[in-house]
Amino acid sequence: MRFNIYVKNRVAVVGAGLTLFRRRLLETPQEMVWIASKKALEQANMDFRDIDCVISGSAPDTFDGVHMKGEYYSEGAGSYGKLHFRVFVGGGTGVFVPVAGWWMVASGLCKKALIVAEEKMSSAADPHPQAVFRHIWDPLIEKPLNPNLIWIFALEMHRYMHKCGVSKEDIALVAVKNKANALDNPIAQAAAKITVEDVLKSEPLVYPVNRLDISPVSDGAGALVMVSEDVARRYTDTPIWVEGVGFALDTTSWTNRELAFPVYVKTAAEMAYRMAGIENPMKQIDVAEPYDPFDYKELHHMEGLGLAPRCKAAELTKGGVTQRDGDLPINPSGGLLGVGNPIAAAGLMKVAEIFWQLRGEAGKRQVRKPVYTGLAQAWGDLMQIGTVIILRR
Amino acid sequence: MGRSDANRYSNHFKEVIKLSSYLFGGTPLKEEDFKKLVREIMKPKARYSVSAGQAYSRFFEGLKQGKIYGTYCEECGMVYVPPKIYCPFCFKQLDKWIDVKDEGKVISAVVSYYSATLEKLEKPEIIGVIKLDVPGKHFTSYRFPGILHRLCNVSPEEVINQSIFDARVKARWKPPEERIGDINDIECFEVLRG
Repeated sequence: MRFNIYVKNRVAVVGAGLTLFRRRLLETPQEMVWIASKKALEQANMDFRDIDCVISGSAPDTFDGVHMKGEYYSEGAGSYGKLHFRVFVGGGTGVFVPVAGWWMVASGLCKKALIVAEEKMSSAADPHPQAVFRHIWDPLIEKPLNPNLIWIFALEMHRYMHKCGVSKEDIALVAVKNKANALDNPIAQAAAKITVEDVLKSEPLVYPVNRLDISPVSDGAGALVMVSEDVARRYTDTPIWVEGVGFALDTTSWTNRELAFPVYVKTAAEMAYRMAGIENPMKQIDVAEPYDPFDYKELHHMEGLGLAPRCKAAELTKGGVTQRDGDLPINPSGGLLGVGNPIAAAGLMKVAEIFWQLRGEAGKRQVRKPVYTGLAQAWGDLMQIGTVIILRR
Repeated sequence: MGRSDANRYSNHFKEVIKLSSYLFGGTPLKEEDFKKLVREIMKPKARYSVSAGQAYSRFFEGLKQGKIYGTYCEECGMVYVPPKIYCPFCFKQLDKWIDVKDEGKVISAVVSYYSATLEKLEKPEIIGVIKLDVPGKHFTSYRFPGILHRLCNVSPEEVINQSIFDARVKARWKPPEERIGDINDIECFEVLRG
């Protein structure tokens, strides 16, 4: 086994759990966190009493309508008498929570950590939860123009289409694939058998973005159990190792840069690859869950992660390479487009999916080829952060 | 949820909650059921008064006079519009100001059919990112002074067929007496034709 110079203790994922992802759930944030945590602990053959620290993540407080919601929901994750903190990097949070869990265990500060992510977007009722995003813009330069969140994605998507010669049809294939993959996911909210035609004919919101190019608004929670190598085999015969983590930030001045390629995602991926000893990600990553809140984002992120040559991700998609039975299965879970997008929980869902894929526990979603190394990535803040985690069995 | 609490709900909700169980990991609600279960509606009232800061204050003063000011970094050559008092890439303090032209070219453009609060717009809006000209300075395609603004005298078709990309545009200013030192002192960027 390769010796990793970055790590005092190797870190294993030994359990994962998710709630249903739905537009509206009855459960409160605390109850959702409780349900996801119980499921993850069940898989790890552990109890809340076995855990010594709780690391959580959630998107803006404004969705739940509770300030300091980390403190509010944390008791549902059994945080009483333990260390608990919440990390937040916008949409990148879901993958950053396990990264934060990793550093707590890798450094030796904790031996057994519970990692939770939660989002209750349905509480933001009037107007649409989307309106919460009005307050992420620069208050002086951008907000007076009355932007809606889709502008920024549409501008990036159109720039990518123009620069790379990619059509809306090519991009729609991602939504078709992910929503179909989600048909096999028992927690999925937006699973569907649709065609490229359906995507193109769905309501135009901000050209080039149509309704079916976007993931839905959701409630949901997810949890992982991460433990130190010396205790991992007490809980499972097939620990999944965290081999690399990466993160990188750009500035919020998103109008000042080339939108067609996410350099910050590349930087984050390079950090994780260096740690995991990966030199050729296209060959060495067997399955990946890049962040797909919009369909073009999957392509954009595959290129940022080096899983496709620049401007070529659409071609790979068209050729079936990214299907579950393809050479490089991408978003076998169904992604945010198919499973739903409870922001932080959605990113964590991706890490859980890679965990199950590597253990061969993904059931009907299991990819056809044997998989040893997988990657999950999330993206967020104001078009500026990439967060990456690499798992290996 | 304790049994006695559950009994307080009507039969209808007993059904809903029965479905819940931890096995399913959450209880999906239809919109009408959700409305009946809502127990608290809050509408926080908040007002923010945002001061413009060192760099933006001068930028807004410039807009009032029909000028676009930026700052530039002597180390990397980057020009910032809107201006910054530091270079986020070289970590240097910036105090050199530069006149940026109110002209540039379109980097990306979109057609918005919805408002900020997702209400349908009667007339779609065209929005773009504009790379501004700075006399005597050149920029890579990765970093440049760029600004978000409305585009006018552009049809949705020109956006959809991508002919708007790289088009030359120029700011259409409000009349001087109507300018208040705000990004909306520029009404929009107009395409220069012919």
